[in-house]
Amino acid sequence: MHIVVCIKQVPDSAQIRVHPVTNTIMRQGVPTIINPYDLFALEEALRLKDRFDATVTVLTMGPPTAADSLRKALTFGADRAVLLTDRYFAGSDTLATSFALSMALKKVAEEFGKPEIIFTGKQTIDGDTAQVGPGIAKRLDYNQLTYIARIVETDLQTGTIKVERRAEGGLQVLETKLPVLITMLEASNEMRRGSIENALIAARAEVVTWNAASVGIEDLTKCGLRGSPTIVKKVFAPTARSEKAAIVAAEGSVNAKAVALVEAIFEKTPAVEQELLEQAAHHYV
Amino acid sequence: MAEDNKPAPASGGSRANTKKELPEHFKAYKHVWVAVEIEHGQVHSVSFELLGEGRKLADKRGVELGAVVMGDARASLEAAAAQCFEYGADCVYIAQDAALKHYRNETSTKVLTDLVNTYKPEILLLGATNLGRDLAGSVATTLQTGLTADCTELAIDDEGSLAATRPTFGGSLLCTIFTLNYRPQMATVRPRVLAMPDRDEGRTGKIVEFDPRLVETDIITKVLDFIADRDTDKANLPYADIVVAGGLGLGSMENFQLVKELAAVLGAEYGGSRPLVQKGWITSDRQIGQTGKTIRPKLYIAAGISGAIQHRVGVEGADVIVAINSDPNAPIFEFAHLGIVADAITLLPALTDAFAARLRVNRLAS
Amino acid sequence: MGEFSKPFDAIVVGAGPSGNAAAYVMAKEGLNVLQIERGEYAGSKNVQGAILYADALEKIIPNFREEAPLERHVIEQRMWMMDEKSHSGMHYRSDDFNEEKPNRYTILRAQFDKWFSSKVKEAGALVLYETTVTELVKDLSGKVIGVRTDRQGAPIMANVVVLAEGVNGLVGQRSGLRNEVSPDSVALAVKEMHFLPRETVEARFNLSGNEGVVIEAMGTITRGMTGTGFLYTNEESISVGIGCIVSDFAESNIGPNELLEAFKNHPSIKPLLAGSECKEYAAHLIPEGGYKAIPQLTGAGWIVVGDAGQFVNAVHREGSNLAMTTGRIAAETVVSLTRKREDMTAANLAEYEKRLGQSFVMKDLKKYKGIPDLLHKNKGNFFGTYPKLISQAMQTWFRVDGIDKISKEKAIFRNFRETRTVWGMMGDAFRLVRAWR
Repeated sequence: MHIVVCIKQVPDSAQIRVHPVTNTIMRQGVPTIINPYDLFALEEALRLKDRFDATVTVLTMGPPTAADSLRKALTFGADRAVLLTDRYFAGSDTLATSFALSMALKKVAEEFGKPEIIFTGKQTIDGDTAQVGPGIAKRLDYNQLTYIARIVETDLQTGTIKVERRAEGGLQVLETKLPVLITMLEASNEMRRGSIENALIAARAEVVTWNAASVGIEDLTKCGLRGSPTIVKKVFAPTARSEKAAIVAAEGSVNAKAVALVEAIFEKTPAVEQELLEQAAHHYV
Repeated sequence: MAEDNKPAPASGGSRANTKKELPEHFKAYKHVWVAVEIEHGQVHSVSFELLGEGRKLADKRGVELGAVVMGDARASLEAAAAQCFEYGADCVYIAQDAALKHYRNETSTKVLTDLVNTYKPEILLLGATNLGRDLAGSVATTLQTGLTADCTELAIDDEGSLAATRPTFGGSLLCTIFTLNYRPQMATVRPRVLAMPDRDEGRTGKIVEFDPRLVETDIITKVLDFIADRDTDKANLPYADIVVAGGLGLGSMENFQLVKELAAVLGAEYGGSRPLVQKGWITSDRQIGQTGKTIRPKLYIAAGISGAIQHRVGVEGADVIVAINSDPNAPIFEFAHLGIVADAITLLPALTDAFAARLRVNRLAS
Repeated sequence: MGEFSKPFDAIVVGAGPSGNAAAYVMAKEGLNVLQIERGEYAGSKNVQGAILYADALEKIIPNFREEAPLERHVIEQRMWMMDEKSHSGMHYRSDDFNEEKPNRYTILRAQFDKWFSSKVKEAGALVLYETTVTELVKDLSGKVIGVRTDRQGAPIMANVVVLAEGVNGLVGQRSGLRNEVSPDSVALAVKEMHFLPRETVEARFNLSGNEGVVIEAMGTITRGMTGTGFLYTNEESISVGIGCIVSDFAESNIGPNELLEAFKNHPSIKPLLAGSECKEYAAHLIPEGGYKAIPQLTGAGWIVVGDAGQFVNAVHREGSNLAMTTGRIAAETVVSLTRKREDMTAANLAEYEKRLGQSFVMKDLKKYKGIPDLLHKNKGNFFGTYPKLISQAMQTWFRVDGIDKISKEKAIFRNFRETRTVWGMMGDAFRLVRAWR
């Protein structure tokens, strides 16, 4: 059994700063991490590896430094790391990204065997789109299972997989055939800690590195900015509201402040007070 | 390199700032569509919110507003269509098929793609729910067109294109994204980001029947069961009237209890900012902000939340925002309506008592 | 374990400046080196702003200026004596510092350490991150032969373990190689990074290109505790911080954050930070005990470098250069023993201490061995009384208010005498000179 996990190296969004004057991003010193949602995908893959003695390949598209994230994925126990990197991919939107990744996945299938399952996280923390996974599934004609909370059963004999998918108001229990692309929901599992042996293997491992040409992309107009139907025309900081908050400047004890704040709130929104009173009355009846 | 949300505008000379003539085969694309989300016979209210916004876009373009409803039962489809008309649709496309009983990516992608290819809308909007995102990604890839996720604002620019604005860079900036040379222009919007439109009772429109021609035995994915959430503690933040939330200013997971206590007195829902989810103080279904839940309560009390932009875009729809923060320069005071400079840890219990006392006193008085 | 059962020539614990220097030199010389770092990446556990002294790094990576992430080279040093509202001080700025190979740089440790770590890997060492060495493995004779980590699996063996684990290095302590560091020989420093546009930093400090400024401040900002405040200019940010001896914090009940807040709001500092966005806050420990606090440095199969060996010159605020130099010298010692196929016995490794004795490291630390004690014992005067007196004197002198200069002089001296006896002041001065010598 062969499983591929697609991961993305992302800037730790908590540490991104915006230039106060020019509204451009100050990238200096922003550390990168594996997209946290992808770790749930990786752990799920590793669990299948434990059960079925599967091989796990991690794949990412990004700059050469994304190799760090791949190597980290290996310390958790993945077997092989593939980096897709090329300046032609710069500025890719989700459609162009899923194109490049699907080409890389075809090459992975040729070189290392066709994956029965491709995992991704439910979305990235920098893009938040949740579109690349479905895009890959569509392009490779894999069955698509998104927002999966639990894999209930995997039957390699019959090539079926049963999962619980997060839907509005409950969990949908779905069954489908392999090959399948699964995007894992957060908190669906907990990432393990790799053994010292895994850590040593990862430190020594060679990351397989491919570019556009080596995955068979001939039409470069399908890549990067040129291959992206969406166009960013404007980046801007939100305008401030014209008035700032009215500050409740109460003196004295914290209790006095609290009372003053309650007064101010109810003055601002009498309807809420009315509703609360009605509810309170209900409780006492 | 691969930025899902295309963060930076292309530098001069690229096509980003140029509008080429729309390719000939796309010129026939007209009308604004909303793909309506129906599960268990119920229309998700995000679809009505989208119809409200779609109405404005269609009027600006001088075109029709269409709604697509998919399902298996005639009665619920017709009921949904009637609601769509009342919320602004001119035309409802009904796709009825036994195979559409439950949402499945495979079937819904095929039907929606076929509908688009047949009737050629220029704009297609979906809710940014699990269902909507699952479907939108597949449809956009099949149609090879642009899709902008989680928009906070939709508009038509001077040249008649859809201008879709969304937060970028982890919510620290906003960007406006266009799909100039491909059709339809697709976008998703989270529930509660757009206002619920007024319902025009009795309003009707035309119905177009569409035969999906699905064959169940050809469909690979089967829905075996649905396990409804039984957990009574499940948050319903988007639709709550009062929301109390806490941030890192609470200092510890134990202190988050103070937020819950105030919420209990007010009969409110409670939640928190993104860092609290990352720290594990609260579960992600209680995260308020761009990457969590968007709320539109009548009253929102934020305690110890500094007010990063990604939080701001999730709460701006609240009627009254009250900020409690010890830092008078915290950005939350820029967009709150009422503020108090105080340590949330000490103020919250006092506030809980003050509310309780006030409600008791006034009840006795009335 | 199979292929990993063969012992490494050396294991280096820690990937700060001393550990990286040691691992780099040994790997470059062809030794089979494993380096183990507990942080997510080298530098991740570090406070951002720091000063890099070129000389020590140049001896390890001669062309480092071409590739290392350096912020600004320092062309101006300000030494400030501060009281509540004022500062007086000495500034030294020279265009000579705009030399081809500048002598001092401000750096951001997270980036610098990451770069250094990449050089270590290029040199051929194996580097493990997010792995904590929990204990040293010893043979029956007590010789260190390997390490155990917090990851599952067998211990990893090596001929020698280089302990570069920082000031409160737990491995060495747990393994009984040295005692816990004493709270009066360690300073706790808190730092913040304040982001400002490049142009603002340059305008505010009168800089162009990659020029930088360092401010070091003493006085009432530490509320009578032994310590200093500092401010460094980086490319698009300012590092600001303050540090005091740990035992003083414990005695005074004043928190380091409180000190930092007050320092940032000092009228002399506040305008320098105005409009900035603070993104990072971090605290770390600096060994400041000096020569007298240096623990045992070598033993059978082990060797200590950097902060773990208390190699910091508190008087001149030098740390990273001592760290790198001790790392390099330890590495050279191990390399020469390995080449000669000699065992890593305590006697053989003692060569490291001999070499250190001949270097500036030990000479400088010896020179100032009395200072930490002196400052600490008279902290009330050095960090309270004197700064106030100096500020009052300056103000009396500069304020033009119709009082003649002779009366002003008298007032200043009277003020000094009343606050601190002449004998007391002379004694402090004498002691300071003696400790310095």
